[in-house]
Amino acid sequence: MEGANSITKKIDYIEFTLLSPSEIRKMSATKVITADTYDEDGFPISMGLMDPKMGVVEPGLRCKTCGQRVGKDKCPGHFGHIDLAMPVIHVGHVKTIRDCLRATCRECGRLLITDKRREEFLEELKRCDETGRSKHYVYRAVIDEARKVESCPHCGRAVGKIELDKPTTLRENGKKLTPSEVREWLEKIRDEDLPLLDINRNAARPEWMVLTVLPVPPVTVRPSVTLQSGERSEDDLTHKLVDVIRINQRLQENRDAGAPQLIVEDLWELLQYHVTTYLDNQTSGIPPARHRSGRPLKTIAQRLKGKEGRFRSNLSGKRVNFSARTVISPDPNLSINEIGVPIKVAEELTVPVRVTNYNFDWCKKMLIQKFLPENAQKEYVPGVNYVIKTAGNIRRRIKITEKNAETMLEKLEIGDIIERQLMDGDLVLFNRQPSLHRMSMMAHRVKVVPYKTFRFNLCVCPPYNADFDGDEMNLHLLQGEEAKAEAEILMKVQENILSPRFGGPIIGGIHDIISGCFLLTHKDRKVRLDKASYLLAAIDYKGDLPIHVDENGERYVYGRDIFSTLLPKDLTMKYKSKVYADRDTSEAYVVIKKGVLKQGTIDENSIGAFKGKLLDRILRDYGMDAGREFIDKVTRLGIAACTIFGFTTSIDDEDIPEEAKLKIQEGLEEAMEKIKQLIHAYENDELEALPGRSPEETLEMEIMKVTGKARDMAGEIAGEHLGLENSAVIMAKSGARGSMLNLSQMSGCVGQQAVRGERIHRGYKHRTLPHFKKGDLGAQAKGFVASSYKRGLTPTEYFFHSMGGREGLVDTAVRTSRSGYMQRRLINALEDIRVEEDGSVRDASGKIIQFIYGEDGVDPARSYNGDAVDIDSVIADVKGEI
Amino acid sequence: MPQKEPTFDITKHQLVPKHIILSEKEKKEVLEKYGVDETQLPKILNTDPVVVAIGAKPGQLLKIIRKSPTAKESIVYRIVVENNE
Repeated sequence: MEGANSITKKIDYIEFTLLSPSEIRKMSATKVITADTYDEDGFPISMGLMDPKMGVVEPGLRCKTCGQRVGKDKCPGHFGHIDLAMPVIHVGHVKTIRDCLRATCRECGRLLITDKRREEFLEELKRCDETGRSKHYVYRAVIDEARKVESCPHCGRAVGKIELDKPTTLRENGKKLTPSEVREWLEKIRDEDLPLLDINRNAARPEWMVLTVLPVPPVTVRPSVTLQSGERSEDDLTHKLVDVIRINQRLQENRDAGAPQLIVEDLWELLQYHVTTYLDNQTSGIPPARHRSGRPLKTIAQRLKGKEGRFRSNLSGKRVNFSARTVISPDPNLSINEIGVPIKVAEELTVPVRVTNYNFDWCKKMLIQKFLPENAQKEYVPGVNYVIKTAGNIRRRIKITEKNAETMLEKLEIGDIIERQLMDGDLVLFNRQPSLHRMSMMAHRVKVVPYKTFRFNLCVCPPYNADFDGDEMNLHLLQGEEAKAEAEILMKVQENILSPRFGGPIIGGIHDIISGCFLLTHKDRKVRLDKASYLLAAIDYKGDLPIHVDENGERYVYGRDIFSTLLPKDLTMKYKSKVYADRDTSEAYVVIKKGVLKQGTIDENSIGAFKGKLLDRILRDYGMDAGREFIDKVTRLGIAACTIFGFTTSIDDEDIPEEAKLKIQEGLEEAMEKIKQLIHAYENDELEALPGRSPEETLEMEIMKVTGKARDMAGEIAGEHLGLENSAVIMAKSGARGSMLNLSQMSGCVGQQAVRGERIHRGYKHRTLPHFKKGDLGAQAKGFVASSYKRGLTPTEYFFHSMGGREGLVDTAVRTSRSGYMQRRLINALEDIRVEEDGSVRDASGKIIQFIYGEDGVDPARSYNGDAVDIDSVIADVKGEI
Repeated sequence: MPQKEPTFDITKHQLVPKHIILSEKEKKEVLEKYGVDETQLPKILNTDPVVVAIGAKPGQLLKIIRKSPTAKESIVYRIVVENNE
């Protein structure tokens, strides 16, 4: 559509060249000689830095060069120029200049290699062109060879040693070369030698790297801003140019007046400094030019470089329309494919729809329905925000309000475009930063909901790595049909359940969903009929009531039969549950026969994200639609089960009987005694050192072993008294949340604290804290926390615990920044490689990286834990075993 | 003193995959199969120990058969290029 009224051209190639002084003068609209910008009346000074010949920034004013205004006609601005009194070196090119000087003779300007070698190098370059190899080595070799020469092979002049004194001083045999001398030298280099110096002879001359005239960028590039107070504030570049002009003028005056050489040289160096910082204000070796407030100026290089620079911030990255951002919150009643979008957001986001013969009535309905009286009571009715009418070449955007809706309805005609508000069923992209993998941005179906947060199913938290402690997420509305189709096929949440990271489900039951299913299926759980109907209603069950039993005049349904209603009718499998992972009795196994859960407990190993075997099987054998439905229903069933049975945890879940506490106490004392013995043995030189270890290291290792065992012992004793009737234990064992280690630290003993993998040893002289004797090697003095979280830590224990905790905090901070940078480099290196139709992996130039993707051509997202096929289940299937 | 030639046959080492020099005809077939020219193929230096051992010359195409844990065997081609350093 865009192509119809615009000319499209293909870029053949881009050539980067140097600007020659004559080119700079040719493109210049004016010479700039005055360092001032505006006069007292606020008018720009002619031949000053804000000369209107270089373009205008205020709306309405006309450019003196092209006569156009800035807004409507788009005067692009025009360059000016400053004639430098003396030449200065361009910082960006110093290294090239150095190489040019090193490779050539100061006398005759020819390459310091024999004609024969010269021919050979040219030959070599030609060969590189043919084979597509990098010419880098050849250029290096030319310079290296020239540097070894002692006298010029052409004129015999002794070759001096060229050194670059950063940032911009060049020396020959230790003697400073002035920019003028450098320029004279570079002028002597012959055109035909340039290809060997990596310079395109059609594009540049080496002496252009020494500036004699400085281009002044258009005013549009460095606009001045007028503050409310009426004061003008100039751009950093303008400030810097003022400095350049001022020094340039003084230099000229002094030189013309025949000032002493010393003064002229000082001013010359100052001019060099100003031009250098104008180009790059972060040149190492010189102090950055500062603003009056002390802030370093943002000059040309700073505008382009780095994350906030033009490239990364404005060219690779763009701000977009049709997007929204708000806080997220959970909603287990939504499908994993859905997203709840607040009404306020839905009313702002629009989709363009072209009015055609086929949808004319529908478009009319959309336009008016928001204002119809029968819809007044409805919470949300999608309307139309704008109508775009095209008459000839003029596009008109008309905002639809209650007042003009009727008239616009009459005027609506085929060919118009209506910008329709978001409605249920629209496909949108949903994203949470940091976008570390493809699942960080997935497509969801919209459901417009009240209140002000984005809502989604809890199972979709792991791929986004989201929680609801205040996280915000972004939403992007797809605008075109192709985009929608592509997102539907590739980006929908259900298409991303299987992660390409490890070939298993990344979306699955978490937290309460697992607890709920555990409660429902553990140990022959029976549910009274009324409650069973509640559960079945939660999963929209339609069909016969599952088998029920009568007991004491009440009817009961087995929990696992309720769960079975979610299973495909021909599913048969057997695997181990997580609760009994350490046992090998029959109850440790989950057995499903023909879609009926015969025995076993449903936990993380069945339905969990990452680990759920049952979920994995359903996804692979019954497809993504079945998998999505399963997850949706398991979510609702799990939550409903929790609601019915009740599930709560509190601090008394960590209560253990007095005798257990005593037993732990005894165990800890025993460990202390053992440590004392070890220290005693060490002090009497009786401790046998381990191979390759000093006695000190051996002692530390032995003590660490003992403290580790002591904590395990405490955990075990505590664990004996924490059974599966305990909610905290249910969560830990079923994999819903927390671990047995967490529990044993809460009720038993926290254990040894470590910094850098060692017991805590730094602090005061010969001791960690003044509470201990100097040289104390005992457990308490080196960071062993014998208390439990519940009982509370002693002051010293608390301090050691904080030390260990802080290390963890610092580690995560360091890790994230480091891995972020690593990932950035990887992405930049790999961004243009792709899998071609023939299965080979190639880069943008068609170079082959891999002949078959990953050597085996297997899509990791469709692999079984990285393997191409799940052989075991295939064999079991064929043999008919379960 | 660095030895110039290894004192044993490196092609027999278990970690060295099988390298086969392809004939001109076979080379053309590979280039055609993938629709590439010589510069688009992965390279191997003529100073590479295996290339020296099997005596391949610049411009020749090697077929390398590697063992792969997932694909059992994977076939890769590399073109011998001159080392100019």
